[in-house]
Amino acid sequence: MAKKSLLRRAGVLAATLATSLLVSAQAAEPIKIGSFLSVTGPASFLGDPELKTLEMYVEKINEEGGVLGRPLELIHYDDVGNASNARNFAGRLIRSDRVDIIVGGSTTGATMAAVPLVEQARIPFISLAGAVTIVDPVKEWVFKVPQSDRMAAERILWDMRRRGFDKIGLISGTGGFGASGRQQTLAVASEYGIEVVADETYGPSDSDMTAQLTNIRNTDGVDAILNFGFGQGPAIVTKNYAALDINLPFYQSHGVASDAFLDLAGDAAEGLRLPASPILIPSSLPDDDPQREVVQSYAQEYRDHWGTRVSTFGGYAYDGLMLAVQAIEAAGSTDKAAVRDELENILGYVGVTGIFNMAPDDHNGLTPESFRILEVKDGDWMLVE
Amino acid sequence: MFSEFLQYLFTGITIGATYALVALGFTIIYNASHVINFAQGEFLMIGGMGTVAFMGLGIPMFFAIILAVLLACLVGIALQRLAIAPAKNADVVTLIIITIGASIFIRGIAQVVWGKDYHVVPPFSGDEPIRLGGAVLNSQSLWVLGIGAVLVIALILFFTRTLIGRAILGTSMNKLAAQLVGVKTQMVLMLAFGLSALLGSVAGVTVAPITFTAYDIGILLALKGFVAAAMGGLGSGLGAVVGGILLGVVEAMTAGYISSEYKDAVAFSMILLVLFFMPRGLFGGRTVERV
Repeated sequence: MAKKSLLRRAGVLAATLATSLLVSAQAAEPIKIGSFLSVTGPASFLGDPELKTLEMYVEKINEEGGVLGRPLELIHYDDVGNASNARNFAGRLIRSDRVDIIVGGSTTGATMAAVPLVEQARIPFISLAGAVTIVDPVKEWVFKVPQSDRMAAERILWDMRRRGFDKIGLISGTGGFGASGRQQTLAVASEYGIEVVADETYGPSDSDMTAQLTNIRNTDGVDAILNFGFGQGPAIVTKNYAALDINLPFYQSHGVASDAFLDLAGDAAEGLRLPASPILIPSSLPDDDPQREVVQSYAQEYRDHWGTRVSTFGGYAYDGLMLAVQAIEAAGSTDKAAVRDELENILGYVGVTGIFNMAPDDHNGLTPESFRILEVKDGDWMLVE
Repeated sequence: MFSEFLQYLFTGITIGATYALVALGFTIIYNASHVINFAQGEFLMIGGMGTVAFMGLGIPMFFAIILAVLLACLVGIALQRLAIAPAKNADVVTLIIITIGASIFIRGIAQVVWGKDYHVVPPFSGDEPIRLGGAVLNSQSLWVLGIGAVLVIALILFFTRTLIGRAILGTSMNKLAAQLVGVKTQMVLMLAFGLSALLGSVAGVTVAPITFTAYDIGILLALKGFVAAAMGGLGSGLGAVVGGILLGVVEAMTAGYISSEYKDAVAFSMILLVLFFMPRGLFGGRTVERV
């Protein structure tokens, strides 16, 4: 026992000596970045690349000398996709870890569970979750990276309008993502002069959606079909759609904007369109695209470091961390109110997800245009001009 | 009009055949021990995911399926030996709870070993759907139906014609009496778990081209499969198939003619009605009270 504690003390001493040799003594105190993500559990496809991205870039920033001359320290908890865990962990980050800023919350549920604590503790929080409710109405201390589902709906409807469609069939999953997407689509359709003439749903465990698609096909005057959902459901819808030989233009949401979806749907996905982050097409972005450089370097570094494909969701974590770093640098300290103000002042930050222009009444800072419309061609994504 | 009806019917059969095949998996262990094996869905998952994993190693599909089925049998036997056998004197409810624990454990291992992504298993006979009277039928549904039919007949023959099958039934009826006439009841149970895993994994790989497969596909499939089994009468192979197809067709017809919002509600109300008037299910045996 005594020996162990002696060893430990020696270790601590050595570590202290080492750090004080590397950086000046007063700057040694790290900037604490807290995070709770759904690294395992049903939303692990979100949390896993997010955590990998955070770990990788915290390490990289520290190698390059840290922020304000201080190293970053990532304190992370896995909420397993459970909102009440998220709330507990947010509390722990605030009270016992005393972090300077929180970047996390893979799902809307986890984010919203943490919001009351964050607002009460007055600590800046950058969420990586999708729903529009996170920043609408605006909450003083809460920001978010991804575009909302409303923007996705707007972008899809915009493209439909451009192609001259005015009556569409909608098929959506009954899970949180699909249900919210359906709601937003129905709410904004009329603004684009589009009428939703068929409105079908399917459950998260359904294995065949042919009946719903047959109904849409038999509805008079349908010009195009939109599927809002994520997981394996949209891939099944796509397969059924191809099997039924429905010759109508087909749209998916950003919920399936990943290479994994292409593997699942195979040839059936040919010709469908969806709104997506440019991260899916790093090499085919035009030379004059402002996001080209950041997207390509993130995709490259992620692949080199982890050996797996980059995903849209990891990109959210990248932008979340960079927004936090930029705000701390601009504030010149980790003073929470100052960092919050600087977050709100961020203009023209070019990220992986889009170009952010925050404002007091806009804590997301993105526009629907940050989504690119992609089409599946020869089994790969292609940018539609 | 007719082609529409036909399409809903085909859809119902496709969905129903999947439920039926899953439901069949519950029968063997139920017959052997009256335990509802909630890890049955995980056997399905091992069938599908195992096939994907072995094919990823460059093994041809046919052999990959055989390896995956063998793997599932091993897991089934291990489950009985390591989790069920040590608790042999526990009552049925305890054993059911053990299977729930085992299912979470197997799912966790699969998540670590095989990852969290969904995977495709190629259809057994091409992607081209069958067109009939203006409606389309997924060719894989015929495989599901065919394999379901073969399994039902095999199960009936197994339980009525073979000594082992009758030993399994005997064990479930009266464990002590079975032991007295020389049946090694623990052996029988182990066999039941192995066979059940075999059935489950065959079902899992057969439905995978329709449903896709992932580490957690077992939860999704087993829930509806269990409902189908309960409706048909737990323990009856024929009941499982009829229950599954009935459930699938009702769902598809509701989605087609009423609203897709109500399809689960209608299906579950039907189950309530069936179980209300026929508590043992459509094909369940008569209730015999043992005194």
